Amino acid sequence: MKKSTSKKASTIQDRLEVLQTRVVVERDSVSSISSSDFPFHTNNQYPNHDVLERLRKKIKIAIEKKSQYDMEFDIIGIDASIANALRRIMIAEVPTMAIEKVFIYDNTSIIQDEVLAHRLGLIPIKADPDQFDFKQSTEHPTDQNTIVFKLKQECKRNPKATANDTDPKQLYINHNVYSAALTWEPKGDQAERFKNCFIGPVHDDILIAQMRPGQKIELEAHCEKGCGKEHAKWSPAATASYRLMPEIILKEEITGDLADKFASCFAPGVVEVEKTNVDGESIKVAKVVNPRIDTVSREVLRHKEFEDKVQLTRIRDHFIFRVESTGILDSEKIVFDSLQILSSKCTMLLKALDLKLKEKEEVDTSQKNDNAMDLDV
Amino acid sequence: MDYSDNADNNNNNENPDENDSDLEVSDILNFHTEKGTVIDPQSMTFSISGEEHTLGNALRYMIMQNPEVEYCGYSIPHPSEDKLNIRIQTTENTTAINAMRKGLEDLKSLCAKITETFCEANNKFDEKNSIS
Repeated sequence: MKKSTSKKASTIQDRLEVLQTRVVVERDSVSSISSSDFPFHTNNQYPNHDVLERLRKKIKIAIEKKSQYDMEFDIIGIDASIANALRRIMIAEVPTMAIEKVFIYDNTSIIQDEVLAHRLGLIPIKADPDQFDFKQSTEHPTDQNTIVFKLKQECKRNPKATANDTDPKQLYINHNVYSAALTWEPKGDQAERFKNCFIGPVHDDILIAQMRPGQKIELEAHCEKGCGKEHAKWSPAATASYRLMPEIILKEEITGDLADKFASCFAPGVVEVEKTNVDGESIKVAKVVNPRIDTVSREVLRHKEFEDKVQLTRIRDHFIFRVESTGILDSEKIVFDSLQILSSKCTMLLKALDLKLKEKEEVDTSQKNDNAMDLDV
Repeated sequence: MDYSDNADNNNNNENPDENDSDLEVSDILNFHTEKGTVIDPQSMTFSISGEEHTLGNALRYMIMQNPEVEYCGYSIPHPSEDKLNIRIQTTENTTAINAMRKGLEDLKSLCAKITETFCEANNKFDEKNSIS
């Protein structure tokens, strides 16, 4: 009897543990969503609580895959609010350079000026944003805040085309305007400052417009520094997203033909069927090999036979980040910048708080002085 | 590449206004300005302009980690108004302003810790891949 109560108590502990550390994926719902990692929440105590020590100890980071413009990494031990702040900053607040003003001298193509300008804006421009300042609307363009590109192209008939040709490629010259046609015009000391680094479109083969003989485009485009929250063209991230690490808990062993069925409920490679020898007999056993690549389709929960044998969860503080760059910034640089921006937001608010308190103090003391003066009178 | 150096000194690029005038910086954060405010050092609503859920939620989480904080919540009262309100209520052992300051400082050093850990992982990955 005693034994059974102690066993029951431990299962309650275990369940609580699951609810605190896991997001539970059920057949037609997701439960235990919100974090409970706060002092005095449920059975949390945190005596002699040092916030930072506790949080800092938990943090682990591992890079899974990395190329120059694409990376996948795990951050373990942070809260969703922090992970989400980083994701949002990567998308919307890491600055880059993009075409913002277009001066059109001549455009006789069928694409309207404003549509052309919009298309130009969306072309990723490779230039180190750290080397430039934000241009305030009241400021004039300088070599510190603007990059100038020129584009001049005229479509002509190809004199070598034969009467039978129908392909525009054969019939015309310069009928496709590609991003490669944007030529950088260094201003001020830019030629000297950027002699070792490339400035220009990331891709040369982005089609901007099409023309026919006699049509012409001539324009000047000004790049400015900006953030994705103003316009997505400034976003350095093609994708910046995270998901929680999936976890498949087997409550009891799944064997025989059921093991094959079980494995087929998951994405390929997540569950494998292994053969083991029990009492001289070879039986098939399902083993969870790689939950990371699971899509958490919940297919397994549709089948009655697995109902009490499996639980699907996600690990609440294990974030799998995927950051893909548009080609302007290295993916790792996007992550570093986002952390730095979050930190500088705090610095700025601390400064604002101090200034506000000083202001208040000054007002208070001057009021006191006024009162004192009144008394003197 | 090593980015750890710039983790501590926040460059001015991110805050173009920083050098303009201190007045602008002090306008970012306000308190005792919301309607119906009762002046009480233990419970205050801070009003921040120029910030959204990005900082609001992260800061709320950090402030709630403080055991002296009884309540902390944030809201963006209207999407077309550039305003983020953070409400803090504390025990008598501290004040809302101190809780706010601690939250900001904690968030900042958490960032530094993540940067440091990320740097290590990044260097480790680079080393491993340059060998193989």
